[in-house]
Amino acid sequence: MARYRKLGLAPVAALATLSMMLAACGSSTPSSSGKLQASAPGITATTILIGSHQPLTGIAAPGYDEIAPASNAYFQYVNAHGGVYGRKIIYKYLNDQYNSSITTTVVRQLILQDHVFAIFNGLGTPTHLAVAPFINAEKVPDLFVASGCACWNAPSTWPETFGWQINYIREGKILGSYVAAHFKGERIAYFYQDDEFGLDGIKGLGYEIPASQVVAKEPYNVNAANPAAEVGTLTAALKASRAQVVIAFAVPAFMALLRLSELSLSYSPQLVSSSVGSDPITISGLLNAYAKKSGSFGDSLIQGMITDSYLPSLGDTTNSWISLFTKIHNEYIPKLPMDGNVLYGMAAAYTFVQAMFKAGRNPTRQDLVNAVNSGLPQGVSVAPYAYSATDHDGITGAYIAEIEKGVLVPLGPTQVTDNTPTGAVTTYTTAQPAAPTSGIP
Amino acid sequence: MTLARNAGLGIIACVVLLVLCSKLDAYRQYQMAQVAATVVAVAGLTVLIGVSGQLSIGHGAFMFVGGYATALLVLHLNWPLALAIVASAVVAGLAGGVMGVAAARLRGPYLAGATLMLAVALPAVAYQWQGVFGGDQGLDFTVNTPGFLGASFQLTEWQGWVCCICLVIVMVLLANLLRSRIGRSWRALRDNETAAALAGLNVARLRVLAFMLSAACAGVAGSLLAMTMLNVTPGAFTLALSIQLLTAVVLGGLGSLAGAVWGGIILVLVPPFLTDFAASHGFSSASASVPIAGYGLVLIIVMLVFPAGIQGGVRRLLGPVAPAATGPVSAIGRRLARRLEEGSTTDARQEGVDKEGTRWPDTAN
Repeated sequence: MARYRKLGLAPVAALATLSMMLAACGSSTPSSSGKLQASAPGITATTILIGSHQPLTGIAAPGYDEIAPASNAYFQYVNAHGGVYGRKIIYKYLNDQYNSSITTTVVRQLILQDHVFAIFNGLGTPTHLAVAPFINAEKVPDLFVASGCACWNAPSTWPETFGWQINYIREGKILGSYVAAHFKGERIAYFYQDDEFGLDGIKGLGYEIPASQVVAKEPYNVNAANPAAEVGTLTAALKASRAQVVIAFAVPAFMALLRLSELSLSYSPQLVSSSVGSDPITISGLLNAYAKKSGSFGDSLIQGMITDSYLPSLGDTTNSWISLFTKIHNEYIPKLPMDGNVLYGMAAAYTFVQAMFKAGRNPTRQDLVNAVNSGLPQGVSVAPYAYSATDHDGITGAYIAEIEKGVLVPLGPTQVTDNTPTGAVTTYTTAQPAAPTSGIP
Repeated sequence: MTLARNAGLGIIACVVLLVLCSKLDAYRQYQMAQVAATVVAVAGLTVLIGVSGQLSIGHGAFMFVGGYATALLVLHLNWPLALAIVASAVVAGLAGGVMGVAAARLRGPYLAGATLMLAVALPAVAYQWQGVFGGDQGLDFTVNTPGFLGASFQLTEWQGWVCCICLVIVMVLLANLLRSRIGRSWRALRDNETAAALAGLNVARLRVLAFMLSAACAGVAGSLLAMTMLNVTPGAFTLALSIQLLTAVVLGGLGSLAGAVWGGIILVLVPPFLTDFAASHGFSSASASVPIAGYGLVLIIVMLVFPAGIQGGVRRLLGPVAPAATGPVSAIGRRLARRLEEGSTTDARQEGVDKEGTRWPDTAN
């Protein structure tokens, strides 16, 4: 659980109301100097309270339960180095067990009771879909949802909501164009989560892979009472289809179950996975845990798996972002593995701090939304953001990589694309900007 | 007489709850609505288990029916909320009737198994017909506050009101029913089915009726939860929910409507309290299971301290003043009347308490 201080909310609310009235009268541009004030709910002269819903226990927890602690570690680093205009970020994340009905309750707690300034990095497609209407009705900024559903890009219906990671349609297109080019004429099958996450993914794949090559589509139910049995049945169907390439849009736990089922059925197609289920450390750890093995068993099973990534590879020790985040990891959360989830949590937190700085010294909630609507400079990601007033998608590209000895090895340059069926997948040549030496945007 | 008394008490309770609801902040109103909805389900289940003597580990399934019925009726047919809630009760009641017909032939563990199966299987319906039920994502719908309350009236307050009003109506009806011939018949067949049958009671019909009524309560609860959360998903009606309802029944006090209130309160309020408690006492995210373990601890302690449930414990502590398990007012009234009649000095606490100290609701008669 995140530590947080109980805030005296009555004066905050009163000041917030006052400042909103003043803002309504005066100019709406964020002030760049002056005294720090309680300019909005969740913002005091010294603190910024933000909230999130995260799967800390349950089927989606393995791996994903590291994301929020990693974000929090980055916020603590920022707090220890001057904060955001001197304010410290307090990150309160509640466990929703990846169950939308619990998400509904915890997000109401964060907004109605804790009066958070913004919801940050709420994790999961089905879970966040259950609360996005409420968050928008309450006019609370909903930044950088931890899900690649293309649905977050709906500025007219959900003006407060912004995606962050590459959306699953773009990801599907980038993976699909690679598979179409490198596995010409081979039998291809899809294994995917039966909701917007998986459906968006196979939509993107379908834009690039000829339908005639696709021999099977096997959706799994993430709430299945017996996940192992469910995946076993689906894997048998994949094997029966004699697919030579299996492309998966699955969360880590189901990815590991798929790999183990393949093993027990002596079925070994080329496995291609979306970045969601391909963090090597998470997957090999799960494989070891599920199979009650240790050592290199897990790593050996994912050797040669093809995936994509929109963040620099953890194996690239010369990358300034990787060294920055490794330093913060070692200082604040040394007990967690330095894996893709930790990288993800810190990268998302970095982007949030970028947005907070841009929102000004005494931001209102609208200032924060305006800040992202006017675009964010590329930072931690290998491709630029799409953010504008009419586009709430985040990262627009990724590179294809292969897992070798537990790390991602890039197979080519960064590819960028759009959400449309016909938009081309093109190479992005601009080099990623280096991390600021202070580590703070 | 009983009806008038219960109804009068109900109106008072209703006014108190509505005023209380208006005084709370938005999130507490939301929690109040959740508690009220949960208590409705627990009350229905406690009548089934504690009064008619049939076990159900699958009541979440009837909440599922009620919740989806409401969502579909509001979403597609624009039914007014009150009508949708009643319709949900009817639909869930019918589903309970079907289950009851099967249940009437089953006893003990077999009945438990059959209801368990229902709780596991029914949510799968939502995945099977995704076009109608929205699959994993479920259905979102909106509820508006009625115009006469004014534009500034908070939605959470309205939700709290609706849930509290429904709770009071259900409680009054149940309390009344338990005092009626049907309630007496249920207790008779719970205590000795053969004797009840020999006395001329239609055992099968009574058992099915208990299932229908209890399922209808669960349907109302599902409907209320749906209108509180403004969506229904299969994830909201898992097997875990059914088990939790059962836990609340036992925790509150088997067969006791007042106990259902305790059970509902614990079910809804204790987990978030423990989460906040763990957070403010510095448990890190590595121990996300601390609140879950704490919840288990609370359950164990309650059962050790109050083996007859919280309401049983309250009765033991307060003696004759606390409401008996069924029929809050009449039990006290009856005891007082008897004392006056007999001029007796007998300690009323001794009445109806057997050697083990277990008080069965109606043995005082």
